[in-house]
Amino acid sequence: MGKARKKAAASKTGAVHTKQKKAAAKAVKKTAKRTAKKAVRKSKKAPTEAVPLPLPELQVPSDERRATKQPVRHATAEDMARGQREISVAEFFTKNRHLLGFDNPRKALLTTIKEGVDNSLDACEEAGILPEVKVAVAPGSEEDRFRVTVEDNGPGIIKAQIPKIFAKLLYGSKFHRLKMSRGQQGIGISAAGMYGQLTTGKPVSITSKTSRSKPAHHYELEIDTKKNDPRIIVDETIDWPVQRGTKVEIELEAKYQKGRQSVEEYLEQTAIANPHVSLQFVTPDGQVKDYRRATDQLPAEAREIKPHPYGVELGVLIKMLHDTKAKTLQSFLHTDFSRVSMRVAKEICDGAKLYERARPTRIARQEADNLFKAINRTKLMNPPTDCLSPIGEALILAGLKTQIGADFYTAVTRPPAVYRGNPFQIEAGLAYGGSLGAEGPARVLRYANRVPLLYQQSACAMTKSVISTDWRNYAVQQSNGALPSGPLIVLVHMASVWVPFTSESKEAVAHYPEIIKEVRLALQECGRRLAVFIRRRRKAAESQKKKAYIQKYIPHVAIALREMLNLSERQEQTLVAQLTDVLERSRA
Amino acid sequence: MSAIANRIKDTASGVRDKIQRKGKPTLSFPLRSLSNVRYLPKTGFLQLRGKKKTRTLTVATVKTFAQTLRMMSTAKTLVEDDEIMTKREAYYVSKNWDDARFDEQPESDTVLDDIEALFEVNREQLGFIPEEKGGEIAGQLIVVDRQPDTGKPLRIDCTQFGSGAYSIPISVEHLKFETKAKFILAIETAGMFQRLVKHSYWRKANCILVSMGGVPTRACRRFIRRLADELKLPVYAFVDCDPYGMFNIYRTLKVGSGNAAHINRYFCVPNARFLGVTPQDIVDYKLPTHPLKEVDIKRAKDALKNDPFVQHYKPWQQAIQQLLDMGVRAEQQAFAVHDLNYVIEHYLPEKLAAAKSFLP
Repeated sequence: MGKARKKAAASKTGAVHTKQKKAAAKAVKKTAKRTAKKAVRKSKKAPTEAVPLPLPELQVPSDERRATKQPVRHATAEDMARGQREISVAEFFTKNRHLLGFDNPRKALLTTIKEGVDNSLDACEEAGILPEVKVAVAPGSEEDRFRVTVEDNGPGIIKAQIPKIFAKLLYGSKFHRLKMSRGQQGIGISAAGMYGQLTTGKPVSITSKTSRSKPAHHYELEIDTKKNDPRIIVDETIDWPVQRGTKVEIELEAKYQKGRQSVEEYLEQTAIANPHVSLQFVTPDGQVKDYRRATDQLPAEAREIKPHPYGVELGVLIKMLHDTKAKTLQSFLHTDFSRVSMRVAKEICDGAKLYERARPTRIARQEADNLFKAINRTKLMNPPTDCLSPIGEALILAGLKTQIGADFYTAVTRPPAVYRGNPFQIEAGLAYGGSLGAEGPARVLRYANRVPLLYQQSACAMTKSVISTDWRNYAVQQSNGALPSGPLIVLVHMASVWVPFTSESKEAVAHYPEIIKEVRLALQECGRRLAVFIRRRRKAAESQKKKAYIQKYIPHVAIALREMLNLSERQEQTLVAQLTDVLERSRA
Repeated sequence: MSAIANRIKDTASGVRDKIQRKGKPTLSFPLRSLSNVRYLPKTGFLQLRGKKKTRTLTVATVKTFAQTLRMMSTAKTLVEDDEIMTKREAYYVSKNWDDARFDEQPESDTVLDDIEALFEVNREQLGFIPEEKGGEIAGQLIVVDRQPDTGKPLRIDCTQFGSGAYSIPISVEHLKFETKAKFILAIETAGMFQRLVKHSYWRKANCILVSMGGVPTRACRRFIRRLADELKLPVYAFVDCDPYGMFNIYRTLKVGSGNAAHINRYFCVPNARFLGVTPQDIVDYKLPTHPLKEVDIKRAKDALKNDPFVQHYKPWQQAIQQLLDMGVRAEQQAFAVHDLNYVIEHYLPEKLAAAKSFLP
C-alpha cells in the first residue's frame, strides 16, 4: 500500500473509519492467533491423526513447502515490488465512484447538483450573504447527457484557488476544522467534475467573480487522475454581469426523473430546512420552478471549535502532540483542546504520571497511551455548543409551511448533546393532514447540517428512531417495526461539527445511541403535540357528526309531540330548541 | 277506546315535561323475554315479573325515540278515528316521515311491539292489525257477527260450510256465540282438520273443530279463549309429538308467550289440555317415527331449563324426558299407517274416553 493511498484513506474517511479499520485489523490478528493455538492444542491431543489439519497458508512452515515438489513458480518479494506503486486518490475514486454517490446516472445527477448547492450555500452563509441559488439541468450534447449549472450570489473564489478547488480531490477548507458546515471533506464538487469528465470527456466550466469592480474569471478544468491535480484547458477573463458569485457547469451522463429521490425533491427539502435560501430550478424542458425564501434572516453563524478530548483517538492524539506549538504538556492540553483548563490539564498529567512541564513533542508512544487513558478517566465539561447553528423551531415551521400544505405543523429543537466528544443538536418537525396523502407510510425528511439525505433511508439512525418511536401513543397508525402511516411528514435534522455518516456519499447517519435517543426525544415531544391536535380534531368531527345526527331526528320528536298534544307551531319549535340543547350538552 | 288515547296523551305530556325541565325524557317498557315471566296456576298464564327496560332519549337513541313517538301519534289517531292499519301499512305510512322513516318492515314491527308493551295492551286495541290468518272453525257453533256496513246482527252457522270452514276474523271481541257442543278440539295441521271435516267428525263427537295452522295467531287464541270462557267448554289440543308442537303451539295456546307476555292475559286458554300425540302414544299405537332433529333436542332442553310452565308441571317434565330418551318424534298424521280413518275410529275416541288423564 502506497504512502499516498494510506494517507488519503485515513484523511478521507476521518476518525470513524480509522477506528473501525483498527478494530478490524485487531480482530483478524486475534482470529489468526486463535486458529493457530487451536491447531497446536488439537495436534497434541491426537498425535496419531492421519489427516493433516487444514492450516492457513501462512502457518505452513517454510521448510515443509520446500520439501514438497511444486511445479508452479511463486512470485518473490522482488517480483511483487515491481507491481507495487502509488494509487492516486482520483484513480481510487474513479474505480469506486459509488462511494461518492455516483452509482447510477440518476443518482449522479442528483449528487452533482447537491454538491454544487452545498458549496454555494456554505460559501454564502460564511460570507453573510442571503443565498440565491439557480440550478439548471439542460439536455447535453448527446442523449443520456445533461448539462448541470449551479450558480450562486456568493462571495466568489479568488483566481488562484479555482483550479484546486474544482479539479483536485480532497482539497478544501472544511476538513481541517471543527465547524458545522454542509461540506466536510473537500471531495464533492471535484468528484462531480471528475465523473463528468469520465462519462463525457468534457471539462468542468467555472466562472467566478469576487466583487463588482473586479473582472470574472472563467476556467475550464480537467483532473489529471493519476496525479490528482488540475489540468487547465481554458483560463480567461470574461465579462459577467453580476455583482459577485460563482457558476459551475458540468456535463455528465445522467438520467432526469421526477418523483422520489429526484432533483425536485432534493430542492424542495433543501428549501424546507433552509428557509433563508431562495432557489430556482430550470428543468430540461425549460420550466422554471421557484422555491421562495420564507425568511430574510440568515442562520446564526456557527463557531469553529477545538476538538474535545473525549472525541480524540490515540493516533490523532499522538499526531497532535507531534504537531503542537505548545512548549509544555499542560499548555498543550489547555490550548489545543476545548474544555481543558490549566487545572484540569494538570490533573490529566498527574493521572498519566507525566510531568506537566514535559515537552509535548517528546512524549513517547507508551506515554501517549497513558495520557490517552488519563484523559478518558478525567471528568471533563461537555464541549461548547455555540459551534452549532440549529435551524430553530420557528424557521422549521416557516419552511414546512411554505413548502407543504398541511393542517398541523410543529417543531422541536432539542438542547445540544454529545456523542464521542462531538457536540450535536437534534431538531424534529411534523406536518400532518391537509394535502398530504392519507394512505401509506409517512414521508421522512432527513437532514444533516441542513442538507437533505435522500438515499439509504433504512440504513440511517434517524429512520431507526422514527420507527422505534411508538406513534400509536400519538393517535397515528403504525404497524410493528414500520414507519408510521397516514398524512404525515416527519422532519429530522442533525446539526453537528462532525456528522457521522456511514459512507463518503453522506447518505445515512451512523447508529450512535446518543443520536438515536435525542431524535426519539424530539419526536416524542412533537408526537405529544400532534396527538393533542388529532384528538381535538377527532372530537370536533365527532361532535359535528353528532350535531348533524340529532338535528335530523329532534324535529320528529317535536312533530310527534305536537300531534299528540295539539301543540302550536311555536311550542313545537321551542321543544326542538330545548331538546337540541339537552342533547348537545350530553356526551354521546 | 278513548282511555287508550288518553294514556298515549299522558305519556306524551310526560316526555314533553321532561324536555321542558331540560332533562332527558325516558320511556320504559317491560322486558320481553321468558326470563321476565312467571307461571301462576291460579290465573293460568305467563305473567310479567315486572323487569323493565328504560329507553332514555340520548344521541344514540334519538332516532328510535323519534320513531316510537311518531308511531304512538299514529296509534292515537287510529284509536280516535276508529280506524285500523296493518303492520305493513304502518310501515308505508312511515315513509312520510323523511329521515325518521323505516327502511325495512321488521324495524317498524319492533317499534309497534314496543308501543304495545309500553301500554300493556294488544296492538289491535291500538288499531294495528296483523295480516296473519286467524285460523278456521268447523262444527257445532253459531257465531253472531255484525254486517260490516249496516251493523245488523249476522248469524253464521259453522256446520254449514260443507267441505270448507269459517275463518276467524282478525278482531273477535264483538262476536257472540251459541253452541251445543261438548268440547273444542284445536288441531295443529290443516291436513288433519280436513280429514275430520271430511268425515264430519264434529257431528260424531259433538264438538267444535279449530284448525290452528301451526302456532295459533292471537285472534285464534282469543277466539278459543272466548269460546272456552263464555260457553264453559273444555279445550283439547291435538298436535304433533315433538317439542315444537308441545311448547311453541300448545304452551302458547294455553299460557301465552314470553315475547308478548304483556298481553297473555287476553290471549291464553288456561283450561286447554293436551290430548296428544304424547310420547306414550308413540309406544301404545306403534307409530312410525323420525329421529329428533338437533333443534328439537335444543328446544326440549331449553323448555326443561327455562320454561316456567314446564317447570311448574312434573308430568310435562316426565313427558319431555321420555321423548328425549326415545330420541324420536311423530306427526299427528302418522296414524295413517294403520288406516286412513284410524284416528277417527280408534285414536280420538279412545283418548277422549280418558280425558282426565290428559297432560295439563
